[in-house]
Amino acid sequence: MPIITYRDALNQALREEMQRDDRVFLMGEEVAVYQGAYKVSKGLLQEFGEMRVVDTPITELGFAGVGVGAAMVGLRPVIEFMTWNFALLAIDQVVNAAAKMLYMSGGQYPMPMVFRGPNGAALQLSAQHSQAWESWLAHIPGLKVVSPGTPYDAKGLLKAAIRDDNPVVFFEGEMMYNHKGEVPDGEYIVPIGKADLKREGAHCTLVTYGKSVPLALQVADTMAKDGIELDVLDLRTIRPLDTEALATSVRKTNRVVVLEEGWEFCGVGAQIVDYCQRDCFDDLDAPVVRVHQADVPMPYAKNIEKAAKPDLAKTVAAVRKVMYLD
Amino acid sequence: MAKKKADAPAGSTAGATDPSTRAELLRSMLLQRRFEERCAEAYALGRIGGFCHLYIGQEACGTGVISMLRPDDYVITTYRDHGQALARGITPRAVMAELFGRSDGCVRGKGGSMHLFDRATNFLGGHGIVGGHVPIGTGVGFAIKYRGGDQACACFMGESVVNTGAFHEALNMAGLWKLPVVYIIENNRYGMGTALERASAIHDIYQRGAAYDMPRGVVDGQDVLAVRQAMGEALHRARTESMPTLLEVRTYRFMGHSMSDAVSGTYRSKQELEEYMQRDPINVLRQHMESLGEIDDARMAAMDDEVRAVVQDAWDFAEASPEPALESLYEDVLVETTT
Repeated sequence: MPIITYRDALNQALREEMQRDDRVFLMGEEVAVYQGAYKVSKGLLQEFGEMRVVDTPITELGFAGVGVGAAMVGLRPVIEFMTWNFALLAIDQVVNAAAKMLYMSGGQYPMPMVFRGPNGAALQLSAQHSQAWESWLAHIPGLKVVSPGTPYDAKGLLKAAIRDDNPVVFFEGEMMYNHKGEVPDGEYIVPIGKADLKREGAHCTLVTYGKSVPLALQVADTMAKDGIELDVLDLRTIRPLDTEALATSVRKTNRVVVLEEGWEFCGVGAQIVDYCQRDCFDDLDAPVVRVHQADVPMPYAKNIEKAAKPDLAKTVAAVRKVMYLD
Repeated sequence: MAKKKADAPAGSTAGATDPSTRAELLRSMLLQRRFEERCAEAYALGRIGGFCHLYIGQEACGTGVISMLRPDDYVITTYRDHGQALARGITPRAVMAELFGRSDGCVRGKGGSMHLFDRATNFLGGHGIVGGHVPIGTGVGFAIKYRGGDQACACFMGESVVNTGAFHEALNMAGLWKLPVVYIIENNRYGMGTALERASAIHDIYQRGAAYDMPRGVVDGQDVLAVRQAMGEALHRARTESMPTLLEVRTYRFMGHSMSDAVSGTYRSKQELEEYMQRDPINVLRQHMESLGEIDDARMAAMDDEVRAVVQDAWDFAEASPEPALESLYEDVLVETTT
């Protein structure tokens, strides 16, 4: 099977879906002439022309709204944010327009559109460029929220997102774009709303998604050397959450650690903990432990930035804690 | 009208009217007036809840603009949307039932006064965040250009919208990409209780179009025929040149900002209100038609009786319509979808 980058997997998904459906277009800053700030859209302008691969001014609120309007009257926009940090300027369009239009219109106006871009911290970009927004967006009824952690899932989920008749928020990562993995030739879809057990083990469930998936697998490899086998459950979709897959794993291992990039307070992990205590209370042998970013704006200096982020050591310690090994 | 690129093109007489069109315009405005008067009553009685922003005094704006549109054009607007919805052809029954929060409302009781939508008439909604819908209107224009064809989008807003970032971002893209959108500023002089002069650095706000190289103009918003003329020119540009227009329509709000707000008081005087009410858009057209011998007191009274009956029918229909089924609470959050 071909091994390609996460970036190229997204590029394939965009190209294939634009070939398949001429209502699909890509709009955002630097997506066309510059070939993408992170080169996700490389070659698309040349193939599809400037009406379908549209460079915008730096105007997030404006072009997110253009996408909403185009979706209302039958197009299928893919709106790229250079990063989700900039998308805060556009959040009115995502939350007040895209997420609510179907409901406010009594079912008359579906919003078949995708908002996508890198999310979370990269390296030394400091406070305003290093934030994970999935808990904010996952809070909103009317949105689907997706965060793939492998090239295979990135391609299959982006294709599913573009074909979905609902607004889909799609979280990528600057540090993921060069990440490589197997992606088959030919057509496939990864369904939205289905988690994936990336690795099987009997001792503890490590729940994660997105950029934290490679770290979770690294944690599982490390702990396997000590005979501790982890179920690595990649949510892939945060909303709607695959609670069935979660329950299945928890009932097997009876112990849960949640690993996420974002802050602790009201984070995605808090929602996972809630499901565990509600649906799997009698199956838990220990309180769920969470691994997350320190509760501070992201600093610049290397050493304290590293201290703020989840990492191998913190996650191993969390698993050991939930297994009462220390 | 416009100061730039807006020399009257061929087709600019599209706003001209004949006697039957004038009668239709008069009836449409009268229907909106009587409808809104009954809304005020229904609000006082508790039949209508939430926020309720009436259109009384501004009827010529929506009526003039919408009367120039084709069925395949699009309309998008603010939360002050009852009059425009009626002008576009949503039935008084469906609008009143929505205001009453009933299942036969045009959005099934999900939106209320501020969120009227109707797919059948391309009425893309009343929107509740000041400025938020203006980029959406630009997106509709983008889709029209993307698909090809000569449709247009009429995007209504109040004058306070021009101070939002969304307005600037939306009009910049429309000017940059030459999109067939007519942005209609219904300048009723007050953003809630803040006068235009206390909110905008310039007072001829159509001149903001200069920043986007956009044809622009100002028109008397109490004169429905003048509004039609200006809209006709703007639509001609949209259809034949795919050019946007910024059209300022100067009008006045005869009521408070919403039913919860004072009609006058700290922010405007009763005297000012009474002066503006001298130019009631319905009377302006009526007097014009009287001068042409097209209407007299008896015909006006008959028309008034007819529209009052239509509004009463809408009220009765709304009151008889069932409340939304409880299971509808969870409907229309997402659509079923297949990949």
